[in-house]
Amino acid sequence: MSTLTLPRVDRRSFLKVSALAGGGFMLATYLDPLDVFAQGRGGNQPPLDPNAFITIDSNGIATIIAKNPEIGQGVKVMLPMLIAEELDIEWANVRIEQGDLNPAKYGAQSAGGSTATPNNWVPMRQMGGAARAMLIAAAAEAWGVPASEITTTPGRLVHAGSNRSAGYGQFASAAARIAPPALDTLTLKDPSRYHIIGKPLPGVDNFKIVTGQPLFGSDITLPGMLHAVYQRCPVIGGKALSANLDAIKAMPGVRHAFIIPDGHGANSMSGVAIVADSWWYAENARKKLEVNWDYGITASDSSTAFSARAVELSKEAPHSTARTDGDPDAALAAAAKVLEAHYEYPFLAHAPMEPPNATAVFRDGKLEVWAGTQQPGGVVGIMAKALGITPADVTVHLPRMGGSFGRRLYNDYVVEAAVIAKTVGVPVQLRWSREDEMRQEIFRPAGYHFLKGGLDASGSLVAWRNHFVSFSVAGAPTTNAQGQPIAPAAAGSSALGATEFPARFIPNFATHVSLMPLGVVTGAHRAPGACAISFVMQSFLDELAHAAGKDPVQFRLDLLTRTPLTPQGLDAARATGVMKAVAEKSGWGTRTLPAGTGMGVAFHFSHRGYVAEVAEVTVDANKRVRVNKVWVASDVGRQIINPLNAESQIHSSVMDGMSQLMLEITVEGGRITQANYDSYPVLRMRQAPPAIESHWVLSDNDPTGLGEPPLPPILPAITNAIFAATGERVRSLPLSKHGFSWR
Amino acid sequence: MPVTLTVNGKSMTVDVPAEMPLLWVLRDVLNLHGTKYGCGTGQCGACTVHLRGRAVRSCQTPVSNAAGAQVVTIEGLSPDGSHPLQKAWMELDVPECGYCQAGQIMAAASLLALRPNPTDADIDTAMNTNLCRCGTYIRIRQGIHQAVKSVAAATPTTEESK
Repeated sequence: MSTLTLPRVDRRSFLKVSALAGGGFMLATYLDPLDVFAQGRGGNQPPLDPNAFITIDSNGIATIIAKNPEIGQGVKVMLPMLIAEELDIEWANVRIEQGDLNPAKYGAQSAGGSTATPNNWVPMRQMGGAARAMLIAAAAEAWGVPASEITTTPGRLVHAGSNRSAGYGQFASAAARIAPPALDTLTLKDPSRYHIIGKPLPGVDNFKIVTGQPLFGSDITLPGMLHAVYQRCPVIGGKALSANLDAIKAMPGVRHAFIIPDGHGANSMSGVAIVADSWWYAENARKKLEVNWDYGITASDSSTAFSARAVELSKEAPHSTARTDGDPDAALAAAAKVLEAHYEYPFLAHAPMEPPNATAVFRDGKLEVWAGTQQPGGVVGIMAKALGITPADVTVHLPRMGGSFGRRLYNDYVVEAAVIAKTVGVPVQLRWSREDEMRQEIFRPAGYHFLKGGLDASGSLVAWRNHFVSFSVAGAPTTNAQGQPIAPAAAGSSALGATEFPARFIPNFATHVSLMPLGVVTGAHRAPGACAISFVMQSFLDELAHAAGKDPVQFRLDLLTRTPLTPQGLDAARATGVMKAVAEKSGWGTRTLPAGTGMGVAFHFSHRGYVAEVAEVTVDANKRVRVNKVWVASDVGRQIINPLNAESQIHSSVMDGMSQLMLEITVEGGRITQANYDSYPVLRMRQAPPAIESHWVLSDNDPTGLGEPPLPPILPAITNAIFAATGERVRSLPLSKHGFSWR
Repeated sequence: MPVTLTVNGKSMTVDVPAEMPLLWVLRDVLNLHGTKYGCGTGQCGACTVHLRGRAVRSCQTPVSNAAGAQVVTIEGLSPDGSHPLQKAWMELDVPECGYCQAGQIMAAASLLALRPNPTDADIDTAMNTNLCRCGTYIRIRQGIHQAVKSVAAATPTTEESK
């Protein structure tokens, strides 16, 4: 038995760990915040007060605080929907405001790991239910009747016995003085009475978005604000030693130019700041910047060398073993048929449309920051330490983010803005250029899998061996405080989970791991881990299905009927449910397809969600691929909270995954080769599938998040479809390496 | 160099270098933040505005090219968010993060001015240079079609020019 028991990390210790990790950018990669979220370990909220979330005015209009940062995942609508449902108010009478960072008031505030739904499904409904109970108590007092006799219709208190009723506004002031009830004593609504949850509701910021009103972090303007660029070392992690600062200061519009010799935690790094009247002046001056750098240890990083070294390592004894069941080597030797395959995927950048930026003002020993960040709580202590103030002197506002995909879990640019603001003494907006963003990323780590699979004479999968070559953090300590040797630290977001399917479902199974030191910084990328792993696992399973002469859907369903070897991991019944649903909805195996057209299937379990996808593709003689249609079946519990946004997340995941099929970041000499969207071609309109069908498998489980689970399966669904259409098996990404392009 | 241009119907004079891109004049000088920076190289379309009635990349347009010209930004597309595209975008919930959508809408408005009833292929061609990292492309297509329908339903003749 190799059941993995995860240590429980409460919120306080998580923050402590973050602060410790902030000592250096390399160290910070030890802890992957999204991996923590993904395991559901971000929890333990302080007691919440309904009055912090809900204000009702005398006209009965409720203002509800949206506490979590919005990156396009729709949380600014979803969380208030939960509150409003149990408050029992018409949605038209709800106004939504973004909360500033204030964990004491609002509890955990973060975006990541598809955690907002599972973590808030109960507490936010309780918030609304408590406020409703307080309104009822206030009315009961005024009317002199028992609270138990008062009911509500949306926005109104009703006492049927005395034929009295009143709008919420009439008792709003009185209710605010009622002591909130214990949340666990509240009876929440029966779902049959929902009038907000389950309704398609558009985004609350849509009017501002379509009319161009200021909304995003980079739209913040403060009186007297200057604009900054920050040039880091082109070899990631290098240090600025000297620069032609006087020449830069003489450039038009430039007010300040200075070196920041070292990083200040949260992956912030050494560099040269140029501060000017307009961002364009600063960016223009940067073209003349000459810096003498100490390149440091990252200078030896090379994507080409990593690929070659991975092959060498695959032939050697693995450094460690993450999981073993049975005797895979013996079972492979005895198998009727053995398949061997080498899969690999590249580094990736997040490339959100809005590059990282933050606006900061340091005045009278206090720091005020407007920052699009997925993890605002983690940066407060780090900035306070960097500026020599206390966390209580730091205020963080949470503007909407122009996408993130995991990039803004890492607060490097926020810390850098704070340091620059303190240095110049006036409000400053630091904005990274696209090139900064792409070259100073927290990259999705590349990975190399050397797989063997064994089938018995009946075509049953009996053995699986994976030698996974991944990365350790270059330059990390090799001994602990007591001087004893310690295992190399895995690079951020590079781990392959011990329960990752098909682990647990194959009697003879091994995951071996070898690590290569890596200088560039890696971390979470939308559906971290899963976004890469799914391609490998679901592609190799597809190879095995074809080798066994079995239908790819049936081959997977057969695996899922086996009794799992260990308890923790995916629920086979839920995985089976989405697989059967997607097969049925896509007409799997029932349609005759023209030559050059094929269907591929895959499923993945991640971030508590079960998603199966079928892609139909047509590949022409020039290897141009058109994705004709995608079918998606998802099981994220019994309730889809906002169907309109849920469908958006499905579309977004499919498109994002399609982008990943064509993208790569390569590093040579520690420098990133790609710089902008020409060399990093994310999916465009013409390449987008004309139709994506979303289907929901409503299982009897509490609802969970959708920002990530639909992404992983699309990659193998499409590469498996390419195999079905062409007979060519894609074992490494991007697709362009093999001559494929989008139509 | 003083440059006079008309932005959303108002005549404005800015004293900036002639080569300063229109994007940064709009954002940092005129405080109009609806037009977004995405790539700085004309590849993503987040900075799309109308110059002399045509969609252009404001990050690639020196302000001197706009001298004496009419510039329309997302803030000026309609006085109150009532342009058929703006209404369709809100009804269909097109935006996810929303950052690219000003550019998408300005590009779509330019398309509709040239082709009032575009096919999917027309849309794909016209909108292919506007990136959306959230992948809202399906709803952008729907939004353009819906805007066309709403105009057709509202006015049997031609759309009132903005």
